[in-house]
Amino acid sequence: MKARQKRLLFVAFGILGVGVAALLAINALRSNIAYFFSPSQVVAQEAPANAVYRLGGLVVKDSLQRQPDGLTVTFDVTDQVETVRVRYTGILPDLFGEGQGVVTKGRMGPDGVFVAEEVLAKHDEAYMPPEVADSLKTAHAKGVSQAAEGAKQP
Amino acid sequence: MIPELGHFSLVLALALALIQATVPLIGSFIQRVPWMRQARALAWGQLLFSLIAMGCLLQAFLTDDFSVVYVATNSNSLLPEIYKVSALWGAHEGSLLLWATLLAAWGAAVATFSRNLPLPVVARVLSVMGMVGIGFLLFMLLTSNPFERIFPMPREGRDLNPLLQDPGLALHPPMLYMGYVGFSVAFAFAIAALIGGKLDAAWARWSRPWTTVAWIFLTLGIVLGSWWAYYELGWGGWWFWDPVENASFMPWLAGTALVHSLAVTEKRGAFKSWTVLLALFAFSLSLLGTFLVRSGVLTSVHAFATDPARGTFILVFLCVVIGGSLALYAWRAPAVSGGGRFELLSRESVLLANNLLLSLFTALVLFGTLAPLIYEAMGWGKISVGFPWFNTMFVATMPFLAFLLGVGPLTRWKQDEGERLVKLLWPAFLGASIAAVFGGIFTPLESEHWFLIPLGLGLAVWILIAHMLAIWDRLKHKSGLGALFRDFAGGGRSFYGMVIAHLGVAVFIVGVTLVSHFGIERDVRMSPGDVQEESGYQFHFLGVENHRGPNYMAARGHFQVTRDGELVAELWPEKRSYFTSAKPMTEAAIDWGFLRDLYVSLGEPVGDGDWAVRLYYKPFVRWIWLGGLLMALGGLITLTDRRYRVLAKSAGKRTT
Repeated sequence: MKARQKRLLFVAFGILGVGVAALLAINALRSNIAYFFSPSQVVAQEAPANAVYRLGGLVVKDSLQRQPDGLTVTFDVTDQVETVRVRYTGILPDLFGEGQGVVTKGRMGPDGVFVAEEVLAKHDEAYMPPEVADSLKTAHAKGVSQAAEGAKQP
Repeated sequence: MIPELGHFSLVLALALALIQATVPLIGSFIQRVPWMRQARALAWGQLLFSLIAMGCLLQAFLTDDFSVVYVATNSNSLLPEIYKVSALWGAHEGSLLLWATLLAAWGAAVATFSRNLPLPVVARVLSVMGMVGIGFLLFMLLTSNPFERIFPMPREGRDLNPLLQDPGLALHPPMLYMGYVGFSVAFAFAIAALIGGKLDAAWARWSRPWTTVAWIFLTLGIVLGSWWAYYELGWGGWWFWDPVENASFMPWLAGTALVHSLAVTEKRGAFKSWTVLLALFAFSLSLLGTFLVRSGVLTSVHAFATDPARGTFILVFLCVVIGGSLALYAWRAPAVSGGGRFELLSRESVLLANNLLLSLFTALVLFGTLAPLIYEAMGWGKISVGFPWFNTMFVATMPFLAFLLGVGPLTRWKQDEGERLVKLLWPAFLGASIAAVFGGIFTPLESEHWFLIPLGLGLAVWILIAHMLAIWDRLKHKSGLGALFRDFAGGGRSFYGMVIAHLGVAVFIVGVTLVSHFGIERDVRMSPGDVQEESGYQFHFLGVENHRGPNYMAARGHFQVTRDGELVAELWPEKRSYFTSAKPMTEAAIDWGFLRDLYVSLGEPVGDGDWAVRLYYKPFVRWIWLGGLLMALGGLITLTDRRYRVLAKSAGKRTT
């Protein structure tokens, strides 16, 4: 083979490899991403019924309950408009707290309780997950506009 | 007064950086020797003023000067002295100061160990480093001044984040930053070469040791970070594919590719433009990492509190650096002549494949890390990419690299015959097959990734035997163990360094394979007196008592672990509440061993003196970090290779 052909061969292999990798990577990504939904969206049934997604918001004060087995807990997550109950079996992260932001990952159970496989821990207590902060803002705006409309229509 | 002195030092360092970025560079174009000579003194000056600033901040910490905001938010009068020192880089402002200081230190090191380099090269390299320095000093002074005061002065500090009060994390940031910042030297050499239009084997030989040193630090930093996450976060994982971890892993991957392609450029004069491009990317990825970590655009378990102004600044800085360097590359690289020719089967080809695989994987990690940003920007919703995706990508690319790792060291430069390689490598193939079958016997077939254990063990043995064969091949005309030692003491350091680093990869593979598939993690409820059985070990829970530390109260559990009736370990996991923080902190207790770790951490009390408890059995988990340490050690040994020592000795005598 001439040097030119060889170089072309290298390039062709390279492009082929990268192309295949990109295809596989994007394909694999589809089954591994988890969308984020706020409690309002979940109540409005915008979230998929049988897929893993992330649900985030504030943990409602005094909503944390421990089941008799000692490891299963339930708590309510709210965006100040709607509330969804979450069930989780396992040890909660240190920074989990009532009245604070939380992101959980899991799927909706048949009883309308969100079954979390994962409750996200945060290193910094002053921190609010960006998704939660966003959804609180939207929910707040919605609440305000609803209140305003309600005031207009006696 | 002293914090103001620190602030003033930073301004002076910035002024010096401005001069360093311009005068020597211009001098190198108009051939003014005195202008170029300034570079070394300026680099030292920058280090001096950065160190003064560090010293001032340290003084504020040690004297509990809570009128400085940074000290008030990250220290406390009860904080142990040692953590007052490490609190220096415990948060955003201080870690930037550390960045800038380390950058200045690398600059001073270049100024000192470059006596044998042509003056214009030194001038240009230091000028480029000055430019990077301007970026970081400006960033600090404009958006994140560590010396900012607060009035009225708080009576007590908010304390250092309890997670950071730990020896592992005291060392982790400096190591990691040494690596990040170290790539700025490789970057500066690449830019200087592009400016000068002279890219040759000599250039590769100059930038190679610097790149290796940076790579060693980055390796150690990542190992420390992973080890810290394992024992401190209380959930026993060692890698989560979190954006912040990826931020450190991407420069490492690019840096690893760079170390290998520099070898080709030095030895064979090939891959020149590619090597330059990698040097640009390695540093750009370091900067991108800083941006991702500091701007808060991504949800991360690290989740540093953030400020949009900072994000904007880094983004602009990032665009200037990446855009500027790529523009320069596009303009100058075509002038670079092609390198030495090589055949399809040659060490060059194997290393090319190594580089392609590493770059491909870097690109995949980058894509996975940025995918949430892309989705949000396109209005496709808010997503997170689960770690199974990263694991899949890892398993899809890295075994090929591990396979090549066995072939590369035995392949000849320029041209080789397949027959010769097969003749040489068959014992490695045989060994790998036996290991794979052995691994297969112990693998339950119903497990999802049943092929991974045979694959992992096979590849580890493949790498091990192939490297033994490489040593044998190298010494086959000499005899005895004495030859090995003489070769090591003589000119073979860079070869043996490579062997050790590659064996580190094999050790790492064994650790990852075994701990991922035979590790056991269980959350259980235990009453005092309960016993739980785990992989032949009995965990006896004796109860929980209170314990007072210097700045925290702890509930301290007591566990005895026995095996066949014999006491193996006493474990004391803690649940701490620091006086300054409302949040509890889990302190896991680990009985570590070469072949397995036993890991216990306390969850929460669940009533009647019962506790939710986490019990882990982690076989071979230490091998993961041991592998990383071997890689770093290998790098260190290559640095002592004769050709670098000869260069250092003849420094000053030679004027090239």
